[in-house]
Amino acid sequence: MKFLNMKTFAGAALIGAAMLSGCDLPPQESVQRGYRGTGMEAIYSPEVLEDLVAANQVPQAIPAVSSEGPKAADIYQNVEVLGHLSVGEFTRLMAAITQWVSPEQGCNYCHVPGEGFEQDTLYTKKVARVMIAMTQNANQNWDAHVGGAGVTCYTCHRGNNVPENVWTVGVPPRHAEGHKHLMQNVAHQESSVFTSLSIDPFTPYLLEDGVARDQGSTALPQGHEASIRSTEQVYSLMMHYSDALGVNCTHCHNSRAFGSWEESSSERVKAWHGQQMVKEMNNAYINPTNAWLPSYRQGPLGDAQKVNCATCHQGAYQPLLGANMLADYPNLGSLAPSSSDAAEAMESDEAAESAEMESASVESGELSGEAH
Amino acid sequence: MREYQNIFTQVQVSAPDYPGVPIGDEEYNRVGGMFHNHLLGKLGDAQIGPIYLGALGVFSLIAGVLAFLIIGLNMMASVNWDPVQFVRQLFWLSLDPPAPEYGLSIPPLNDGGWWLLAGAMLTLSVMLWWARTFRISRNLGMSNYLAWAFGAAIFLYLVLGFIRPILMGSWNEAVPFGIFPHLDWTAAFSLRYGNLFYNPFHMLSIAFLYGSAVLFAMHGATILATSRYGADREIDQITDRGTAAERGALFWRWCMGFNASMESIHRWAWWFAVLTVITGAIGILLTGTVVENWYLWGMKHGIVPAYPPIEATPVIDPMMEGAQ
Repeated sequence: MKFLNMKTFAGAALIGAAMLSGCDLPPQESVQRGYRGTGMEAIYSPEVLEDLVAANQVPQAIPAVSSEGPKAADIYQNVEVLGHLSVGEFTRLMAAITQWVSPEQGCNYCHVPGEGFEQDTLYTKKVARVMIAMTQNANQNWDAHVGGAGVTCYTCHRGNNVPENVWTVGVPPRHAEGHKHLMQNVAHQESSVFTSLSIDPFTPYLLEDGVARDQGSTALPQGHEASIRSTEQVYSLMMHYSDALGVNCTHCHNSRAFGSWEESSSERVKAWHGQQMVKEMNNAYINPTNAWLPSYRQGPLGDAQKVNCATCHQGAYQPLLGANMLADYPNLGSLAPSSSDAAEAMESDEAAESAEMESASVESGELSGEAH
Repeated sequence: MREYQNIFTQVQVSAPDYPGVPIGDEEYNRVGGMFHNHLLGKLGDAQIGPIYLGALGVFSLIAGVLAFLIIGLNMMASVNWDPVQFVRQLFWLSLDPPAPEYGLSIPPLNDGGWWLLAGAMLTLSVMLWWARTFRISRNLGMSNYLAWAFGAAIFLYLVLGFIRPILMGSWNEAVPFGIFPHLDWTAAFSLRYGNLFYNPFHMLSIAFLYGSAVLFAMHGATILATSRYGADREIDQITDRGTAAERGALFWRWCMGFNASMESIHRWAWWFAVLTVITGAIGILLTGTVVENWYLWGMKHGIVPAYPPIEATPVIDPMMEGAQ
């Protein structure tokens, strides 16, 4: 009898241990961020934090060079977005980009050996130009989101040709003919953070003009319409935010009133601007590169690989844990004087295409007001 | 002598098969063989069968199996009829209600129609099963506490999947069939309507639910603790001194001054259980129909405590900022 009980106890302990194996080991550190009793706390596992710090070390900067002297545009041909740099700065940035984006392939990732540097033979070079403009635009016009630290190519690339966390418009997994798949309820999907929620919360909110505001803002019904289904989509998007930043809901929200701005932290406003910024990046910069992309750089529907929160954040509440890498590479801080017109022209092309859609949405009206 | 002092029932009565009291004309409804099973006897009565099936039982089972098959086959279709994926992803899979665009109209089968059909079959099955509980009670000469308690749960089920969606004018408001998906619905429902915890009927439902658990534990423990005096024969004992029943009652009187009686404790339990689902159903019924945001409603009615702002500069909705 006693033996039986021992066995039962051992079995129960084993099952308990197996169930807990998905959790971080204690002790956790919690930091109070709001009024007591409201649960506004940041919770860190020291073990996880150690890995996070190790993964977010900034590479050593190449020694700065003089901004005096002839401009890159005067010496080299076909320099559109970095023409305003001095030749020294230009060369330094090229060397840095090689380190950040193609450390293995070197210069030949964008330039064909033996051919003039000015040639746009490779798609990678054309994409690089757009990506540099995108980075400059983010630093110049999106202070509300990237202010204080800024972004460089390394923020996303971290030594990879293509950043590790990108997304393309989702397609349903294999399903029976005639069955209408709702793009949700799929197991083990990173895009829904392993929940059974929408497996593509990005397309409606980070590409199209979906407004992520489903909670009613009045005590009694006054005609606000938002379905449970769209609420679940926002939920999935919020899971992505949380996962990409390595934070819980209370980083931005007081969980008793998720919709209330008065009870939210200022990080929520930052996140809102981030959503607008990412939407602009995807529409004005990334989608146009699709014309040159080889199919192996495209999603199943033939679209370019796009940006979401995880592209930069990579599990950290601030990319690179807030290190100001832009200070070492100030040349990425603003659009080239000549090319800002070009970028704007590109944006307005994009805007014209989706003018109908945008005029219907308050949020995107806000977007263009914010960006310029 | 063996006693009831174990988590399992140690005493098993060994007796010949017994079909139960005669029920006259409806005898044909009682079907199936009888046998004894020792292991099941550890949990309850060792005699299995016969079962009172009846036409209600037959049709309830048919409708229930149909609902089960519709749900299961739709889930199978969503993983391309792959049995391995079906098992692997089972907790994620779902049969969802029609999209909001359909309102209350009848959608195509593959776009919510199957959900409506499965819901109709499940409702039919549950209703027939309810009628069966009513009928079996009657045949045994019992009153209908069981049927009304089950009816209360069915009321909650109907509010969630039928009555409230009709009041809201959209099938999409209803709960999907699926393990994780119905939990997603629950979370999204509370988020959409501004935090269900500020819904007073939700509060009541939680109070009755937790109360049910406490009462269940108190009563179960009292009976087991006095079973050495034969508490399992409680009704024989309620009028006598020194019995298990009196000791159980005295325990609670001495412990907290008041005690339920052997009869009234079961009324406590019944009402707590029944009110859990009835108050819950009222809370769901009011959500979205007459209250849009429970948190703001609670603020209006003074049940939301005010806390100091999180940051020195109050946070402003960036969309309002742009409008200024």
